Amino acid sequence: MNDKGKIIAGVIIFIALVTFPFWYSMGKAAPKPEPVLTPQALEAKACVRDKVWINANHMQLLNEWRDAVVRDGERVYVNLEGKEFNMSLSNTCLDCHSNKAEFCDRCHNYAAVSPYCWDCHIDNPKETK
Amino acid sequence: MSDLPKANQLYHTIEHRTPATDWMDTPTVIRKGIYCYAANPKSLEALSAPNPREWNPVEEDWKLPDNWQEIIHKGFKERLEKFRSFKVFMDICVRCGACADKCHYFIGTGDPKNMPVLRAELLRSVYRNDFTMAGKIMGRVAGARPMTLEVLKEWWSYLFQCSECRRCSVFCPYGIDTAEITIMGRELLNLLGLNIDWIATPVANCYRTGNHLGIQPHAFKDMLDFFVDDIEEITGVRMAPNFNKKGADILFITPSGDVFADPGTYTAMGYLILFHYLKEKYGLEVTWSTYASEGGNFGFFTSHETMKRLNSKMYAEAKRLGVKWILGGECGHMWRVIHQYMDTMNGPADFLEEPVNPITGTRFENAKSTKMVHITEFTADLIKHNKLELDPGRNDNVVLTFHDSCNPARGMGLLEEPRYVIRNTCRHFYEMPANTIRENTFCCGSGSGLNAGEDMELRLTGGLPRANAVKYVHEKHGVNMLGCVCAIDRAVFPDLMRYWVPGVDVTGVHELVGNALILPGEKERTTNLRGEDLPGMEDEADE
Amino acid sequence: MNGKYLYSLLAVIVLSLVAYVGTALLRLQVFFGVIVPYLAMLVFVAMFAYRMLVWSRSPVPFRIPTTAGQAKSLPWIQRNRFDSPFTKWEVVVRMALEILTFRSLFRNTRMQLKEDGRIAYDLELWLWLFAITFHYAFFVVLLRHLRFFLEPVPYAVQLLGTVDTFLQIGTPVISMSSFALAGAVLVLFLRRVYLPHLRFISLAADYFPLFLIFGIAFTGIYMRYITKIDVTAAKALTYGLVSFHLPAVADMQAISPIFYVHLFFVSVLLAYFPFSKLMHLGGVFLSPTRNLPNNTRAVRHVNPWNYPVKVHTYDEYEDDFRDKMIEAGLPVEKKE
Repeated sequence: MNDKGKIIAGVIIFIALVTFPFWYSMGKAAPKPEPVLTPQALEAKACVRDKVWINANHMQLLNEWRDAVVRDGERVYVNLEGKEFNMSLSNTCLDCHSNKAEFCDRCHNYAAVSPYCWDCHIDNPKETK
Repeated sequence: MSDLPKANQLYHTIEHRTPATDWMDTPTVIRKGIYCYAANPKSLEALSAPNPREWNPVEEDWKLPDNWQEIIHKGFKERLEKFRSFKVFMDICVRCGACADKCHYFIGTGDPKNMPVLRAELLRSVYRNDFTMAGKIMGRVAGARPMTLEVLKEWWSYLFQCSECRRCSVFCPYGIDTAEITIMGRELLNLLGLNIDWIATPVANCYRTGNHLGIQPHAFKDMLDFFVDDIEEITGVRMAPNFNKKGADILFITPSGDVFADPGTYTAMGYLILFHYLKEKYGLEVTWSTYASEGGNFGFFTSHETMKRLNSKMYAEAKRLGVKWILGGECGHMWRVIHQYMDTMNGPADFLEEPVNPITGTRFENAKSTKMVHITEFTADLIKHNKLELDPGRNDNVVLTFHDSCNPARGMGLLEEPRYVIRNTCRHFYEMPANTIRENTFCCGSGSGLNAGEDMELRLTGGLPRANAVKYVHEKHGVNMLGCVCAIDRAVFPDLMRYWVPGVDVTGVHELVGNALILPGEKERTTNLRGEDLPGMEDEADE
Repeated sequence: MNGKYLYSLLAVIVLSLVAYVGTALLRLQVFFGVIVPYLAMLVFVAMFAYRMLVWSRSPVPFRIPTTAGQAKSLPWIQRNRFDSPFTKWEVVVRMALEILTFRSLFRNTRMQLKEDGRIAYDLELWLWLFAITFHYAFFVVLLRHLRFFLEPVPYAVQLLGTVDTFLQIGTPVISMSSFALAGAVLVLFLRRVYLPHLRFISLAADYFPLFLIFGIAFTGIYMRYITKIDVTAAKALTYGLVSFHLPAVADMQAISPIFYVHLFFVSVLLAYFPFSKLMHLGGVFLSPTRNLPNNTRAVRHVNPWNYPVKVHTYDEYEDDFRDKMIEAGLPVEKKE
């Protein structure tokens, strides 16, 4: 019985599969995306927390805000500098960052994360108070 | 057997403990009752096998050639290159432990080196040392160890505590078959002349006389003639079996054990009765052969080459006699050899015809290349087509359970055929628990040439799982008879039953056929083939 | 304490320190982020193929399937197609069941010698459960990671991520596969340590991959849920590796060292893979007791190295016993 051909074919398929990202991405550069800041954001200079912290923890902050607003009716967030913010994705975050596609989505798409924020908060609407 | 405690006591002494030392540091004890005697040098000489000499496993000096390590290394390498099974099985075990408690020798002896995984590791450790980079660099950390005399003795001890039953391979997620590893290991040991006598001498006998027992042609005929006399006494019918008959339709080959010792002899009588019936009723000519008078093949337990040398007689004799095809009797490892090796080794059998049952017209499509049919396939086909007149009432004293022999079960898939014959010849049939039959069947404890007398402790402890399941149906259903389709089973089960389950006897399936089959012109039978009174015939027999 | 798992644990701890110190202090991000992963991938692919070729060079001289059910026999006997396959397609199904569902492990029983003299063999599926959980969880984790190697990320990969996080617990949402992987590895390890017979047969080479894979799962979970590394920076590197457009060294150095520990573990696993028992991934396809049909009597199997052997011919036999055969009335070829 000579099954060498079958085994080699199997090995080639296996190698093709494990190296698939190399073939698929060959020559296609896709550097780290840079979110675009709106003039309003540029002008504000600072976010509710510092940029590095926000970058890593914004999802957690938004989660805490949601719980505070929805469950406790608490709407005021005080940051480390003592500055107060309205805990609202639409009215605070997206007020500055009104360019969801160029700000939020760039990184989210790059990392293939789909936050369920957008299940309710459709593209940049203002909440009715 | 006399050295052993009573069955009940022995059972409670079995412990499944692991020693405190690492297995590589746990010394091997070659102990009376477990090991088999060394091969007689004359038997090795008869086969031109290497290193024939007197030696004793319990003595320090095994009288090995000076370059024995080199012989093992080269032999190992050669087999890795010739058998993918061996190479892959050396490489891919993950030691998940699924096989561990599947081995009857481990269950019965409690010796952790009888876990299939560890039995294989005995060879793998040397393989890693000699053939893998990790083993060469990291040594023992990588599970490698060099081949020393201690290791060789360990191999010898544990490779002759494996009956090549393949039960572990059913449970292995990669199908690693310890039988395959034991086969290779024994081949390597044979390169140094380290066989056991219970294998080497039958092999030498078989080579010269055509059968393991060394029965010469005239004596073989004499023995069957005794059966003819006995059958005439019981049935009133005189039969004349064919021997070495040219131009017969079918050549019949069965293990010689069945012409030699009870209770196999009754199975042999069953064959004679069946063949006589087919000759009288349908004119079918079946011949026995004195040259190919052995179905079993202890060469299989020696090396692939020896297996082939012994097996060659089947086709050679079929060709010389000019039969249409070959019929094989009830035997275990014989059928693994026929089913998985014979055609490859000694075929193609283009001088034979594709087997067709001339009485029923059935083509045995599953045997169309090898051209050898199992007797239970043949008989089941006859019964299915109503070609046999059977009186199962003559087996009413029998309360039967059926033991699937390892090789037909796991090396062939022959499970239903014997059961069909049993159900048509015997009215009281009870299966043992599901995890102990069919592909899960337990070895008799004496397979692969380990059915010697001196290793009785090994045989009885290794046979415990099988006996324990028989005991269960013995107590629950009053089973008094253990049926099987294997000559080694018939040779070893009586001892095993006497020890663990007194009150259970052993029978071949064709003994049941022989009792149930109504011969043309027979007198009213008062006894079965064993000379025991038939049900309702107790008075007649007393007269 | 058992030296075998201590060695392995120590090895994995040393590996993590090497990567941590190498990136946090020595700033060798190019080495750990680029050179090592490329080398590891190369070794994995080349050696995996080599091992398979070595196996393929050894022929399969005999067709020796382990039959685990009724073979094809007389037409009226119901056969078990997939435990005793007769045709090629039945073999394919048997292999698929083995590889995709761990069929043989699913048979596993546990033997117990009972006090009342009965031996019990009860179905025991824990090993099957944790083994299959481990393998599928690892597979899902691998597929999910395609998001770091493809751009744009295909919908199927996104969907897998969504399904894997459908419980929507925690922030970021928990991927079940990660925790299933870590949990199953832990159980497989504890099994090896606490079951005496398993401890007895286990080698350092059995513990090492478990620790290593646990290390991979742990660092992965740590990065995602605890330190929250810059995911886009990490992807810039991982995608850069497969697209050969690497980010600037300064950008690489901005990624947390824990990411490099994770990447180094994965690299070590890849490079170690072909030299270890992990090759069962390829080997399971080549197991002759599983991948061959049980039809040896119907279709002749050819052994490429079959050689003639010395046999005892009928003529030699008759020469030995002729007189006795004639005397017993047995037919002979030559009368004298």
